[in-house]
Amino acid sequence: MAEDLKYAVEMRGVTKRFGDVLANDSISLAVESGSIHAIIGENGAGKSTAMNILYGFYAADSGEILIDGQARSIQNPGDAIRLGLGMVHQHFMLVEPLTVTENIILGSEPGSSFAIDFKQARARVRELSEQYGLRIDADARIEDLSVGQQQRVEILKTLYRGAQILILDEPTAVLTPQEVVEMFAILRSLRDRGKTIIIITHKLAEVLALSDRITVMRDGRVVGNISTREATAEGLARLMVGREVLLRVEKTDAHPKDAILVVNNLSLESSTVHGSLNDVSLEVRAGEILGIAGVEGNGQTELIEIIAGLRPQTRGEILLEGKSIDRLDPRRRKNLGIAHIPEDRHRRGLLLDFDLAANSILGVHRNSPLSGAVLLNEQIIAERANRLVREYDVRPPNIALPARALSGGNQQKLIVAREFDINPKLILVSQPTRGVDIGAIEFIHKKLIELRDAGAAILLVSAELDEILSLSDRVLVMYEGRVVGEVDPRSVSEEEIGLMMTGGKR
Amino acid sequence: MDITDILNLSLLASMVRLSTPLVLAALGGMYSERGGVINIALEGIMLAGAFTAAAVTARTANPWIGLVSAAIAGLLVAAIHAVATIQFKADQVVVGTAINILFLGVPALASGAMFGSTGSTPQLPREQTLPDWNIPGIDSIPILSQLFSGHKPIVYLAILMVPASWYVLYRTRFGLRLRAVGENPEAADTAGVSVARMRYAGVLMSGVLAGIGGAYLSIGQNSLFTRNMTAGRGFIALAALIFGKWHPVGASLACLLFGLAEAISIRMQGVVSIPVQFIQLIPYVLTMVVLAGFIGRATPPKAIGVPYVKEK
Ligand SMILES: Nc1ncnc2c1ncn2[C@@H]1O[C@H](COP(=O)(O)OP(=O)(O)OP(=O)(O)O)[C@@H](O)[C@H]1O
Ligand SMILES: [Mg+2]
Repeated sequence: MAEDLKYAVEMRGVTKRFGDVLANDSISLAVESGSIHAIIGENGAGKSTAMNILYGFYAADSGEILIDGQARSIQNPGDAIRLGLGMVHQHFMLVEPLTVTENIILGSEPGSSFAIDFKQARARVRELSEQYGLRIDADARIEDLSVGQQQRVEILKTLYRGAQILILDEPTAVLTPQEVVEMFAILRSLRDRGKTIIIITHKLAEVLALSDRITVMRDGRVVGNISTREATAEGLARLMVGREVLLRVEKTDAHPKDAILVVNNLSLESSTVHGSLNDVSLEVRAGEILGIAGVEGNGQTELIEIIAGLRPQTRGEILLEGKSIDRLDPRRRKNLGIAHIPEDRHRRGLLLDFDLAANSILGVHRNSPLSGAVLLNEQIIAERANRLVREYDVRPPNIALPARALSGGNQQKLIVAREFDINPKLILVSQPTRGVDIGAIEFIHKKLIELRDAGAAILLVSAELDEILSLSDRVLVMYEGRVVGEVDPRSVSEEEIGLMMTGGKR
Repeated sequence: MDITDILNLSLLASMVRLSTPLVLAALGGMYSERGGVINIALEGIMLAGAFTAAAVTARTANPWIGLVSAAIAGLLVAAIHAVATIQFKADQVVVGTAINILFLGVPALASGAMFGSTGSTPQLPREQTLPDWNIPGIDSIPILSQLFSGHKPIVYLAILMVPASWYVLYRTRFGLRLRAVGENPEAADTAGVSVARMRYAGVLMSGVLAGIGGAYLSIGQNSLFTRNMTAGRGFIALAALIFGKWHPVGASLACLLFGLAEAISIRMQGVVSIPVQFIQLIPYVLTMVVLAGFIGRATPPKAIGVPYVKEK
C-alpha cells in the first residue's frame, strides 16, 4: 500500500506541440507524495506547458499521466480538480471585480443551483485561511489586493477544492522578499500536512532552500532529476543552460563623466502614500548605474514612468543633458536617447497580439529607414528584427509569431533588445530580470555593464536587493515617495539598507 | 396648450408600457454581454420575435401560442449568433450586424409567402391579441391601479424579470459563473467552469427575452407586424444596458427613461406645433446624448467581444 502511494504524480512520455514549436518532447517526471518538488529550466523550456497539461488546461499530443499510481485521463481542469490537483498559474487566474470568496468558490459553489450558500462559503474561507495561516479578508475585492494577497487567494482556491497536489508556477516572481519568506513557511507547513507540492522557479537559492527533489528541463526535454541534498547552484545552472553560467556580476569600477539626467524636486500628488512622490532630486552621470532600492510601491514605478513621459509630474523638472524634457511625449524622449524597460511588460512593453517584428520597432516606428514618409519599410524592419532576435537569443526565433506566444522570459529579451538597440544615452530599467532565467539574467546584466562602460547613464529599479547591490555604482533608497538616503553598495550591510527601506532610519 | 396635457398620470402608465420591450431586450442583452458576448443582434432578434408572434397568432388565432413561438424564434436566431461566435469564434459585431440585416428582410419575405403581403401581416381582431390583465388588490388603489394594472401579461413579465435577473446574476451559481466567464474566461476555465457552455446559455437567454420583447410590439401594443416595426428599439436597449452599467436594475431604469422619452414624444405629436418628424427624434437624440456623455465611464465586462481561444 505504502509502495503504491510513493508517487503522487507521474508523467510518462508527455509530448506537446504548438504549431512548429515542440514545447514538451516526451517528458517524464515523478513526484513523491508529501514532498516539495522543484522544476527548473530556462525560459521557454516547457515548464509551464508541462504543468498546464497535468492540470488539464492544455491537451497533450501523447503520453500518460498517473495520479497516486493510477493512469488517469485529464481532459479539462474540472477533471484535475476532482483528482485532487490544484494549480496557481504564472499569471494569476482571478476575476478582478469579484470578491475573494466568490473567486474561491467559483466552479465549486456550496448550496443549491438556485441559491449559493454565501454564509457557508464565507465561513469555510475563513476557516481555511486560519488553518493555514493565509490571512485574507474574505469580502475584499481582488482588484483592491496586493499581488502577495492575490497569491494567497490562489492558494486558498486550490485548498478549498480539496487539493492534495499543488502546482505553483513561479509563485515568487512577483513577491517582495518579506512575502517570499512567508510564502515558504506556508508551503512547508502544507507539506508537513501531507500535501505534495510542485513548484516552478528561476531562483536557484529558493530551489535549494525549499525543495526535496529537482527536475531540470531544457528545450522541451527533461535533462536531470536530482535530490536537492546533492545539488549545488553551479551544477544546476550548468544543467539548465548547458554551459557554465556566471552567477555573480563581474564589473570594474565606474568612470562617470558628465551628468546626463538631472531630476530636480520632482513631486507627484496622489490620494495615497503609495504612488506619490515628494521632492525627489537625483542625478545620473554618463558611465554609471544608479540603483534605487526600496520595497515595491514606494514611488519607484511613478518616478520611472514620469521620466519616460508616461505620466505627468505635479511639480519639479527633468533635464536631459541640461535641457528640459518636461514637455516632450514618450516617443520624442525615446528619440533623444531615453530607453525604457518597463516593469509590466504586458501593459507597457509589448502589443501581445502583434508579431515580433512589429513589437521590435515600437517607439522608433517613425524613424528612417524603418519608415518612409508614409509606409513602413517591411523589409528593413524584418532584417532588423531578425538581427535583434539572433543577437539577444529570443526563442523561438520567428519574427512572425505574436508576442503572446513567447514565454515570459523571451518577451523580456525582446523588449531589452529593442530598447538597447537605439544606442541610448539614458536607460530607465525597471525589474529587468523578473521571471527571467539565469542564462538571460547573466546576459542582461552583462549588457547593462557593457552599455555603462560605453557611456550610457543607467537608472535601475529592482525589487531584488541583490540585483541592485551587485549592479549599481551608487544606490539611493526610497521610502514613501522620498529619497531617504544614499548608500555605497560595496560596503552597506543588508540590515542597514533593509532598515532604511522600511522607514526605520534616515 | 396646457402642460398637464402632457405631464400626467397616463403619461407614466404609457412609459411603463413603452419601456416593456426595451426592458426585456436589455435584460436579454445583459445575460449575453455579462458572459462576454456582445449582442448587437437584439434588434434582429426582436424583429424575428415580433413577426413570428403576429404570423403564428394569425394562423392559430391564439396569442399565447404566438407568444411562445416568438420566444422560440428568438432562441433560434440567438443560436445562430452563438454558434457563429462561440463555436466558430467569428467576430461578434459582424455576426450581430449580419443578423440585423437578415431579419430586416426575412419577415417581409415570409409575410409575402404566408399572407400575400410583404408590408405587414393581417390585422388581428382585438380578442386575438394578448389580453389586458387587472391585478386584484392593485386595481382598486387609485394611482397604482393606473400605473400597474390593466396591462398586457408581458408587462408584468418584464417587471418580474428585473428582480429575478438580479437574483440570478448575483445569488446563483449560474450568475457567478456567467460573470466570471465575461470578465476572465481563463480564470473560469481553470476553476473548472466551461466557458462555451456559459456563453451559450447567456446568448440563448438573450434570444428568448428579446424575442418576447418583440412579441409585445406585434401582439400586445399593436395587432399586426409591420416592416421594421422595432424601429431601433434593439439598439436603444443596448444603449440602456451600457447606461445602466450592465446591471439589471440600472439597465431597467435606463429603459424607463427611454420609455418616458418615447411617451412624451407620442404625447407631443399634434399638441405642439413642431413637425412630427422632429418630435419622433426625441428618443433617438436622447440615446445619443446619453451614450456620448456616458460611454467612456461605464466599464464593460473585461472579456467582452473576445472569442475564447486558449492555445494559439
Ligand atoms: N499557448 C501557446 N501557444 C503557442 N506557443 C506556446 C504557448 N504556450 C507556450 N508556447 C511555446 O512553448 C514553449 C514552452 O513554453 P512554456 O511557457 O512552457 O515555457 P516555460 O518553461 O514556462 O518558460 P518561462 O520560464 O519563460 O515561463 C515556448 O517556446 C513557448 O513559446
Ligand atoms: Mg512558464
